[in-house]
Amino acid sequence: MSTEETKTAPAADSGRKAPAGERVADWADGRLGIYGLAKANMRKIFPDHWSFMLGEICLYSFIIIILTGVYLTLFFHPSMNEVEYHGSYIPMQGQLVSEAFNSTMHISFDVRGGLLIRQIHHWAALIFVAAMLVHMMRVFFTGAFRKPREVNWVFGFLLLVLGMFTGFTGYSLPDDLLSGTGVRFMQGAILSVPVVGTYLSMFLFGGEFPGGDFVARFYSIHILLLPGIMLGLLVAHLILVFYHKHTQFAGPGKTNKNVVGMPLLPVYMAKAGGFFFLVFGVIAVVAAVASINPIWAIGPYRPDMVGTGAQPDWYMGFSEGLIRVMPGWEINLWGHTLVLGVFIPLIIFPLVLVSIAVYPFIESWVTGDKREHHILDRPRNAPTRTAFGVAWLTWYFVLLVGGGNDIWATHFNLSINAITWFVRIAFFVAPVLAFVATKRICLGLQRRDKDKVLHGRESGIIKRLPHGEFIEVHEPLSQEDLHTLTAHEQYEPVAIGATTDENGVERKVSASQKLRAKLSEGYYGEDNQIPKPTADEYKEITSGHGHH
Amino acid sequence: MKKLSARRRHPLAAVVVLLLALAATGGLYAAFAPADKAQAEETAQSLAIDEGKKLYSVGCSSCHGTGGQGGSDGPSLVGVGSAAVDFQVSTGRMPAQQPGAQVPKKKAIYSQAEIDQLSAYIASLGAGPVTPTEKQYNPEGADIGKGGELFRNNCAQCHNFTGQGGALTHGKYAPNLADVSPKHIYEAMQTGPQNMPSFPDTTMPEQQKRDIIGYLQSVNSEKADNPGGLTLGGLGPVSEGLFAWIFGLGALIGVAVWVAARTAKARKS
Repeated sequence: MSTEETKTAPAADSGRKAPAGERVADWADGRLGIYGLAKANMRKIFPDHWSFMLGEICLYSFIIIILTGVYLTLFFHPSMNEVEYHGSYIPMQGQLVSEAFNSTMHISFDVRGGLLIRQIHHWAALIFVAAMLVHMMRVFFTGAFRKPREVNWVFGFLLLVLGMFTGFTGYSLPDDLLSGTGVRFMQGAILSVPVVGTYLSMFLFGGEFPGGDFVARFYSIHILLLPGIMLGLLVAHLILVFYHKHTQFAGPGKTNKNVVGMPLLPVYMAKAGGFFFLVFGVIAVVAAVASINPIWAIGPYRPDMVGTGAQPDWYMGFSEGLIRVMPGWEINLWGHTLVLGVFIPLIIFPLVLVSIAVYPFIESWVTGDKREHHILDRPRNAPTRTAFGVAWLTWYFVLLVGGGNDIWATHFNLSINAITWFVRIAFFVAPVLAFVATKRICLGLQRRDKDKVLHGRESGIIKRLPHGEFIEVHEPLSQEDLHTLTAHEQYEPVAIGATTDENGVERKVSASQKLRAKLSEGYYGEDNQIPKPTADEYKEITSGHGHH
Repeated sequence: MKKLSARRRHPLAAVVVLLLALAATGGLYAAFAPADKAQAEETAQSLAIDEGKKLYSVGCSSCHGTGGQGGSDGPSLVGVGSAAVDFQVSTGRMPAQQPGAQVPKKKAIYSQAEIDQLSAYIASLGAGPVTPTEKQYNPEGADIGKGGELFRNNCAQCHNFTGQGGALTHGKYAPNLADVSPKHIYEAMQTGPQNMPSFPDTTMPEQQKRDIIGYLQSVNSEKADNPGGLTLGGLGPVSEGLFAWIFGLGALIGVAVWVAARTAKARKS
């Protein structure tokens, strides 16, 4: 490296004309001040781990969605005027369809590359939201949401929610039978809101459902409002990633004050640039191979028609599950109906999402930890957090099962009623079971780590001792491994302390203090984490000769 | 009479009588022969009914009763018509293997000739929908677009948008219509087997049934072309979501692991 630098340096010193690239850069620097920016950021270090690239998948699929979406807007007509279909798809000939549907058919069959672009757009959307969820889970399970990154966690969460709704509005645009059923579903949920429901519905649809407005309205929301907010949040998210610097897993030489990895330029620029094309490539292959939302097979929307197997795209599947498994309760009072069967799911829907979003704030309140954290936790070393995360995922998955109960029924030869009852019970029970099981597994893994540190790794070599006993030889771990396995911190549970002083005067302890102490005990108390091996223990054990 | 009587011993009298007798016999034969033929057909029909009744007694009567009057295990077959028998038996649904939420399609165990005999017997119990002829169910020249609209309006609620099937309550289901023969689709619409409502010609004329069959063949058969690529079962967003997670995100995470594993190493020089 250094030899190359000296080779290029004399060019600038000598009276010879500087190369074109340098002159362009100089011109730009004089006006934009890019040297300073580049100097500060080009050598920015990023750590190497595959899970740190999940966010990149989100970013790149978002870019792909924008690029393909722009192409689609060139041909899409967001109008609900009725026209007769006369395109190239024979089985739809002569059908009365909306212009939105007609133009989507036109994109699919008569625009060059239209179907591929449409399928890339839709597949990328599904993958985008899936990648956001996985990225969020990576951040959750490694504790990367801790100070100073709580705000960025919230930004990311908002991106997920906005991504879901952008996806939903986009899914509704072609005005096909499937999406129309989805819009009807949403309208039903709005109608269930007491007092204002009917007004909200009339306002959103410009009159009775379906009216002639919602495609045009969803269109502006889908291509302008929500993506605009998302783009802003995305930039803020990335700026904060830069500002906070990336987190890293514990390891030798890695501290809370440094970042060990490769520089942005040239290594990460090349890697990230290449990764963008790989993401684009994979999505393009998926879109070229598999059909998505085949509106020609589904048909145009008419409010008097419906097909079985009508589900939303997967990221809305849990809301579908909430509705499908909810008993059809309703209360009739003074001529008004309160449709609890729809309204309760509508209330639980945001709660499912918010419950994971607020977790970082709950944890920081329980620990009372105000320090910055740049070293990630291994999930097993935070058993209660990991158990909460798995419980939430289980909850989410149970609702997804409920959303697809008909597909489960036909493909596993089950009764749809049995599945619905399973989901109703599992909604309450499964997260608890998942919590308990995950916590036990985490503690087991902590014990194994402790065992490995103190006794070494099982070598697979069986030794026979002179008196006939067989033992397995354990190899001591390297210093690096010992450090990595013992680098995590362990909190002490918060103690309330004596509630009466030496004179027997009672000290008032607020209810929230008591709750906090209780939670803290549950997080860090005895049997809720395995005390990590100390240097003394290690010395004591390794000083003995040959025992295991 | 005297004249005739006088010539009765004429040498040619015997010839004339013979001719008259022959003419009378031939005339009578000609007059009665068609009646004889009709009787023969009736015999064939009653033969089929008899044979059908024998098959019925062996294979069906334990559930449907000895005279097709029905029982605790099977419905009455009086008035179901030959179309229902042809559908149920030639798709293998009948005779049923075991009681359950719904009787599934399986390999047919009767030959077409036997099925026709069974149909004849059941049809003799009471008037009902008759097994359609090929002219009735042949979808050639059907209006596929119209058929699609009719399908979405009448069938998609249970059979899915393109007839991939769907779940009903308590383990019952609307079966997948992929590559079901036009005759069977027609008969099913006509007779409404199991949980399906029937669509008699009064509510859905022959032509509309043909349109629906034509539509199904164009979207859910071996001949159907899928412009978008793999249909993933034609089930909609559930299978699409699964595919996006496993093959989309799965592949991307695989790529991420691969990229992260190939890190730039500091060159020692």
